[in-house]
Amino acid sequence: MTRASVVKLEDVWVSFHETLALKAVNMDIEDGEFLGLIGPNGSGKTTLIRVILGLVKPDRGRVEVFGVPPDSLGAKHHIIGYVPQRSHGDWSFPVSVTDVVMMGRYGRIGLFKRPSSLDREVAVKALEDVQMQDFAQRQLAELSGGQQQRVLIARALATEPKLLLLDEPAAGIDAYGEERFYELLKRLKEEQGLTIVVVTHDIAVVSAHVEKLACLNQTLYTHAPPSEVITAGTLEKVYGCEVELLAHGRIPHRVVEEHK
Amino acid sequence: MSDILSYPFMQRALIAAVLVGMVCSVIGTYVVLKKLAFIGAGISHSAFGGVALGYLVGLDPIGIAIPFCLATAMAIGWVSKKGRISEDTAIGIAFASTMALGALFIGLKEGYNVDLFGYLFGSILAVSWSDLWLILGLGLGVVTVVALLFKELLFVSFDEEMAAVSGLPVQALYFLLLGLMALTVIISIKIVGIILVEALLVIPAAAAFQLTRSFRVMMGLSVLIGVVSGVVGLFLSYWWDLPSGATIVLTAAAVFLVCFVFSPKRRRRLVTSKG
Repeated sequence: MTRASVVKLEDVWVSFHETLALKAVNMDIEDGEFLGLIGPNGSGKTTLIRVILGLVKPDRGRVEVFGVPPDSLGAKHHIIGYVPQRSHGDWSFPVSVTDVVMMGRYGRIGLFKRPSSLDREVAVKALEDVQMQDFAQRQLAELSGGQQQRVLIARALATEPKLLLLDEPAAGIDAYGEERFYELLKRLKEEQGLTIVVVTHDIAVVSAHVEKLACLNQTLYTHAPPSEVITAGTLEKVYGCEVELLAHGRIPHRVVEEHK
Repeated sequence: MSDILSYPFMQRALIAAVLVGMVCSVIGTYVVLKKLAFIGAGISHSAFGGVALGYLVGLDPIGIAIPFCLATAMAIGWVSKKGRISEDTAIGIAFASTMALGALFIGLKEGYNVDLFGYLFGSILAVSWSDLWLILGLGLGVVTVVALLFKELLFVSFDEEMAAVSGLPVQALYFLLLGLMALTVIISIKIVGIILVEALLVIPAAAAFQLTRSFRVMMGLSVLIGVVSGVVGLFLSYWWDLPSGATIVLTAAAVFLVCFVFSPKRRRRLVTSKG
């Protein structure tokens, strides 16, 4: 069964000043795929996401999102939901949780117009999805890190995306919260047919939840189900050494069992 | 009190202080939150070049300062977006060279005896009815644009990258904001002067930011602080025979100090200092 392609990268190269960030990346993310993008720090994961979003233009190569280059999506840009790394935000900014989630609707509402009751409903629903409805009137600065993270996810959901890109979404969330977070993503994928890409350096946790893993270190090493990736020696190639991975040592049982 | 207000110049000064206090505080909210204070200083000082050029060619100094300021604002924005040189370097260059141009223009004008001091430090008691109409017209324009694009400007100020991802024209909105700053500077020149405009852009909003975590409340408080500082500063300067622009700015600074010291935010942060 071949599914339609949501994201297609062909021979994508990106460099910042003299530093190579992405090298000859080819990638094909299919409709409805739940993908974990892993790689060591500085491997170009965030850059790859920014290329898909159209925030970074590649020096060479082709990028297509839903069949067109990302910067030609125009007013349809909101079909990509994006959850940036929490560390990038300005958390002292005076806005309420509702304000932030409502911003997810702004691209759809259009210039000059005010949010409608439908927009408000979608925002409330998005907050319920991440179980933050009780915090709707709170100011952003008053929330904990994990709560702020959930607000960012709610904002991405409020855009009613077809493709959801999350950059280190579990940072600042405890192990229990993390488990529930991946369950939420799984549910969204099933209910709304979302295509989801989760960027993380936590291989162990992500591989227990996603259907496919892509390993990145400047170039894309593999794009396959987690069981194949973890046993094929790819991680050693990507990370340079196995020891470091074992030192983090939280490979869940499930992956091993699937393999045997 | 009432006898002061029977002077027409005092009535005009009061209206000017209220209007300018409002517009500066609205735009200042974005200046503070989007950290555009230094850009604001660059734009406001460039007005000196425009004013001096107006004198040199014999046209209305403020009339010439409008396109001059707008052009400088766009140039600073363009350079900082292109990123070839860092933003603060670009501003530093624009800042000094437009001031130098102004000094040059003044020097070229023979028989120089203009009241430069009024443009540099304000002359609110000399505000004419035509000045007031200009303030009212441009001020209304600036506030109307802010009202129409309220949600877009909020999003861009909070998170420009996410705004871009949502399909908002962030580049255009950024330049628009710089343009609004330039017009705000223009209408403030007569009140506090080129050198002190920056204070009205930054201080009321910065004081309001100490008191609230809500954007709308911050803008409202900022307007309140801006207007009160303008009016109180004006009266103090009249009673004590002080330079009015400087007195308005120092009144605002005093309000900021009080807000800063008694900020509920800072107290809460001391309790939960884990961030």
